[in-house]
Amino acid sequence: MDNIASGDNEILRVEGLSKTFTLSRKQQKIEKTRATKKVAVDDVSFTAGRGEIFGLLGPNGAGKTTTLRMLATLIKPDKGDAFVDGSSIVNHPEEVRAKIGFLTSELKLEDFFTPNYLFNFFSQLHGVDAATAAERQRKLFERFGIGDFAEVKVANLSTGMKQKVSLVISLVHDPDIIIFDEPTNGLDVLTARTVTDFLQELRSQGKTIILSTHIFSLVEKLCDRVGIIIDGRLTHCGSLGDICGDLSLEDRFFEIYKEAKGDEQ
Amino acid sequence: MRKNNNILTIFRKECARFFGDRTLVFTAIIMPGLLIYLVYSLIGSGIAKEMQEKIDKAASADKTVMMVENMPSQLAPMIDSLVYFKSGVFDTAEVFAQMRDKENNTIYVVFPENLAVDGRLTPVAPDAPVPHIQIYYNSANLAALQTYSTLVTVLNGWEESVANVFDINADPATQYDVVRADEEREEELDDLLSKLVPMLILMMMFSACMAVAPTAIAGEKERGTIATLLVTPMRRNELAWGKILSITCFALLSGCSSFLGIMLSLPKMVHADDFAIDVNYYGFSDYVCLLVVILCTVLLMVAAVSLLSALAKDTKSAGTLTVPFMLVVMAVGMTPLLGDGVPDNLAYYLIPFYGNVQAMASVFARQVSVLPLVVTLLSNLCYTGLAVWVLTRMFNNEKIMFGR
Ligand SMILES: Nc1ncnc2c1ncn2[C@@H]1O[C@H](COP(=O)(O)OP(=O)(O)O)[C@@H](O)[C@H]1O
Ligand SMILES: [Mg+2]
Repeated sequence: MDNIASGDNEILRVEGLSKTFTLSRKQQKIEKTRATKKVAVDDVSFTAGRGEIFGLLGPNGAGKTTTLRMLATLIKPDKGDAFVDGSSIVNHPEEVRAKIGFLTSELKLEDFFTPNYLFNFFSQLHGVDAATAAERQRKLFERFGIGDFAEVKVANLSTGMKQKVSLVISLVHDPDIIIFDEPTNGLDVLTARTVTDFLQELRSQGKTIILSTHIFSLVEKLCDRVGIIIDGRLTHCGSLGDICGDLSLEDRFFEIYKEAKGDEQ
Repeated sequence: MRKNNNILTIFRKECARFFGDRTLVFTAIIMPGLLIYLVYSLIGSGIAKEMQEKIDKAASADKTVMMVENMPSQLAPMIDSLVYFKSGVFDTAEVFAQMRDKENNTIYVVFPENLAVDGRLTPVAPDAPVPHIQIYYNSANLAALQTYSTLVTVLNGWEESVANVFDINADPATQYDVVRADEEREEELDDLLSKLVPMLILMMMFSACMAVAPTAIAGEKERGTIATLLVTPMRRNELAWGKILSITCFALLSGCSSFLGIMLSLPKMVHADDFAIDVNYYGFSDYVCLLVVILCTVLLMVAAVSLLSALAKDTKSAGTLTVPFMLVVMAVGMTPLLGDGVPDNLAYYLIPFYGNVQAMASVFARQVSVLPLVVTLLSNLCYTGLAVWVLTRMFNNEKIMFGR
């Protein structure tokens, strides 16, 4: 299994990440299980190189979001570690947070504030000096058309507008690695297109993007390399060509899925 | 350097949210002071009315003993429905000593010799001094006070009807009210203040904290905005300090408003126009001490409420979680009501909230001593530091922050 990025331009190395959740009664009911533990991520390892888009592909509940949350240091792995540009997510989470931009639907913006205020606020928390922040804000707001509603409180923005603002806010410090959970989920086609275009633009600037998705076409369109994750395990990892051979990604995925599920029984 | 900046950034953001919310500012800062002022003034005028009734009743129930020297006989029918007379020549010192007991309703009247002879007022020679009637009374005894003022009215009426001239209580150097007015009343006032105000302050602080701490901490969890903060490189303890300091600032303002309301309405509350409390009632050092105690009490309160809010998964459960805490604090706030003064043992001042209440009580009773205050201050700072440490750990704990 080729889960090592080629060459020495590696910027992210994930080593045997595992995460088990303890389920509460309520969660047991929701998941329709009697088990008290849920292995969400099981010994996941891969690497990503500079300037590439790496995709984690898997069905719902496979453990994609959990993996990305560990990388973003929001939750701690039970086992394993990952190194973001050399910084360990376990031992130096603050360094990691300074190097990444993280975006998931879980991260909300305060309704009370305007995009302008929030951009400033997060720039300060990232230690970006005022002049740089202003320049970045101008460019990003223009790119996403936020200028029109820059002084409108988040509470009064549409979902699409909020998503754009969240995206921009996650980039206030111009990170080299962008971790993006389900980037097009819940977006209308236009906004989704803006986002995918933007991700390609970022790659062309030499940024690394780690994204998760369950949408095959998104992977085919964007990703240089892909990891297939099923039930918390990374079963395959490599370039699309390596994994799929002659098959379409969708067909190949279901082949892999059957294999993995077959293993279990 | 960066550390302080982040605390300040968080502090400013929280303040922008608190103070940008007009409803919040009105309900949590302006309302408490206004409400307290109105309610207390109302209660105050109620008390004043009750007092007046008491005075009237006291006057009608118990005839006052009137010790008189040289009383003109024609005066007696005018007032004998009010008083028992005791005529004679008395030992002034002894009479005063008796009268200082506020249960004693005696008044003591000294008429000039030969004010009237055979039922007629003696004419006064043009160059002789104006006859002077002296009336001693104890204003702490309501019946005596009432009789005193009736007597003055009667005498003035009589003076007009006989077209003669005399003065009543005209010597500015003599104290006719034998009550040691300042001392007694101030003691009462100090007592009232030291028993009631600490609890009020505690209650006000609590409600101010509750107006912002749950939304600022549990609310951020509930709305999912805390995660956005937690993925920035800011340290968790900077977040904890920023939150606690901003909530403290808000609670202090709210506390100030309540305090102003209390202080402005107190004169009405104790129904006394003649000794309205002005800012000079307490000395500068009293105010400094009060400020110190209030400041560290706010910090402590904010720290406690913040911890509870961080534990709660949403603002609603934060409210529920703080109820038992509130009950305990209120109970502690009432301790000066039962106690016999502030404790001397320094160890008491180590107990969070209890120590603060006692320290506040000692300031209002004007019995403040430095050491207990220092113990309270230092222990409170330690507790706050500890709370920030715990809060930091909580921000770091994924189960508490993201537990489902
Ligand atoms: N905080 C949590 N507590 C308990 N179980 C969780 C928690 N977070 C995720 N899980 C479970 O872990 C599994 C993986 O979830 P997730 O990483 O969100 O999947 P994906 O993003 O691939 O859809 C799911 O079964 C989910 O229910
Ligand atoms: Mg997910």
